[in-house]
Amino acid sequence: MATQSADFQTLSRRYTADKGFRAFIQKGMSGYYKKRDQNKSNFQDWQGARDLAAEIKYEAVNHLDKYLLEFEEKITARGAKVFWAQNAEAARDYILKVAKENNVRSIIKSKTMTSEEIHLNDALEKQGFGVFESDLGEYIVQLRKEAPFHLVFPAMHLTRRQISDLFQKELGSEATDEPEKLTMIARDVMRQKYCEADMGISGTNFAVAETGMISITENEGNARLTTSLPRIHVALLGIEKVLPKLEDLSLFLPMLATAGAGQTMTCYNTMYAGPRQPGEPDGPEQMHIVLLDNRRTELLADAEQRDSLGCIRCGACLNVCPIFKNVGGYSYGTTYGGPIGSVITPHLRGLKDWKHLSAASSLCGACTEACPVKIDLHHHLLQNRRNGAKASPSAAEKVAFGGFSLMMGHPALYRFAVIFGRVFQPLQSLVNGTILDPLRAWTGSRKFPTLAPQSFHQQWKKDRGGKK
Amino acid sequence: MTGGRAIILGRIREALRNNPAPRPHTSHSQSEAAADHNGHAQREWLPKVGETLPERIDLFAKISEGLTTEFHKVPTIGAARELLAKLATESGWKKIGSHSHHDTDALLEGIGLPVVRTEKGYAIDDLESCEAGVTGCEVLVAQTGGIMVSVESAGGRALSVLPPHHVVIARTSQMVPDLTAAFEHVKQKYGKQFPSFLSFITGPSRTGDIERILVLGAHGPKRLTVILLD
Repeated sequence: MATQSADFQTLSRRYTADKGFRAFIQKGMSGYYKKRDQNKSNFQDWQGARDLAAEIKYEAVNHLDKYLLEFEEKITARGAKVFWAQNAEAARDYILKVAKENNVRSIIKSKTMTSEEIHLNDALEKQGFGVFESDLGEYIVQLRKEAPFHLVFPAMHLTRRQISDLFQKELGSEATDEPEKLTMIARDVMRQKYCEADMGISGTNFAVAETGMISITENEGNARLTTSLPRIHVALLGIEKVLPKLEDLSLFLPMLATAGAGQTMTCYNTMYAGPRQPGEPDGPEQMHIVLLDNRRTELLADAEQRDSLGCIRCGACLNVCPIFKNVGGYSYGTTYGGPIGSVITPHLRGLKDWKHLSAASSLCGACTEACPVKIDLHHHLLQNRRNGAKASPSAAEKVAFGGFSLMMGHPALYRFAVIFGRVFQPLQSLVNGTILDPLRAWTGSRKFPTLAPQSFHQQWKKDRGGKK
Repeated sequence: MTGGRAIILGRIREALRNNPAPRPHTSHSQSEAAADHNGHAQREWLPKVGETLPERIDLFAKISEGLTTEFHKVPTIGAARELLAKLATESGWKKIGSHSHHDTDALLEGIGLPVVRTEKGYAIDDLESCEAGVTGCEVLVAQTGGIMVSVESAGGRALSVLPPHHVVIARTSQMVPDLTAAFEHVKQKYGKQFPSFLSFITGPSRTGDIERILVLGAHGPKRLTVILLD
């Protein structure tokens, strides 16, 4: 068994058994559900908005070359440099090169999942650069040397007590159980870092082809400071994030806020068109856009699942997923967790090692319904199951389904199997769930249902026989 | 360092050429709307905005309340000055950051406090030590309770986010219904020479990163005051 799959089983078992933890995650989500529903109901028609968002993303993703070139041309004309990175290594090397050439010492970052995907912090730290995450949740998990637990809420798995202990240990601050005081401790630390940093690294929520802009959505103001004060701005950008027109943002910004955080709009939605222009008083002297492929083109080549490139990383599918809520973000072992992560990770990192994630779903479809851009998530999970079975068929499954099909096609065989089952069930019950039980993968956590003493066929013959 | 531009573009084109994707399951009118979308199609679906200016101002005020934006409608610049003086005294401001602009200059007249002006460049520490930042704006957005700022209308990138209290002055003529109208405004005003920074500010800075409990003033301003000059 692949280690990724074994790790998933171990971790998901551990988290699911922790009832206190599950209750904590549920409680954290409860306010979100309420606010999300309120904000959705403010829309004249949320479903209509989803349809239009899906259409705009369809247009953008299916003409990706055209819109990327338009974006590149426009933002280059404004003085930004665009680097096309085929993979994680190329992206890291480019950012390291920019940092070295400009004698950068200190780097401040705002939240970017793409940098998690390419393991940027490790690479920068290994080369001796100080790297500071400025988003509060990201800063907390960075101090704990952990990955983000959730796409949008990186530290939602931690209690205020744990955070207070962490700050005491790492920053020498006083113990407190007030979230406000804890936030202010981080604010004070970061203020210093913004002023010292030479380089700011951000992610990108949307790129606008028409005007050559990137758009960043946030609540804290850390991304604005990261892109205002340091002399170099590096923005990481997955190739799929480009939108055709500026006005498309008037749909996507409120939808991202509503689906992702239950807000009308997040506090800051900022469009950057290049570095500081002549006559402007502040802003970076250099702006570098790192356009990242990293196997997104593999996903693009899969017409059936291409719509998953429309993902705006709002996290709505995680928030409603019964599996995510119980196994938590770390069980997945991926940068992108939850339903969307289970769909795209097999494409981005290989089907063989990650196909088990498509089984981490009850196929209830809550994710598909929650998705603001209408990605057909639960069907994609089914398709990944099919692809996985096709790529590495299981001999046991083949035999089992072959036998089942034979039995169902021959009534005599079926009757024999029922009798056989009734005779052998008492023997099975002796070993139910133990190592001797051939069905233990299923019976390990379940009881095998007892076969009825008489089959439906037999009862029908006895009670209704002869009647019309 | 050469990037993978040609390779990535080649892969994209090959993927799109060989495998056309089915259209999303949406209604026909939506497909047409997306095909020639001019930014007006979404108005049918997004939250309703009143038809008249007073309705829009009311909506902005209502949303501001939910966001904890302190919204004040004042009849004259004199009343606006009084309001600012009151804020300065109450909060014990010692230094203010601002920029030269028709409305901010008028508002700051006679404030009697040192003012750091940013439009021609400034020292970061100097601005960081200001208790308040006073700026103008491009437009106010009724639909979202948002304030659109730019380099030109808010004295650069940092003035509206670095000091802990952000005060915005606007005129009723700057109230627009929605984000689309705000984008149309900047396109008209700047043509293709956009400022390098445009931002929608919607309420004071906040975070919910600790147990999903709301805390104001995460990294940006803890307080946001909008003064609307009638």
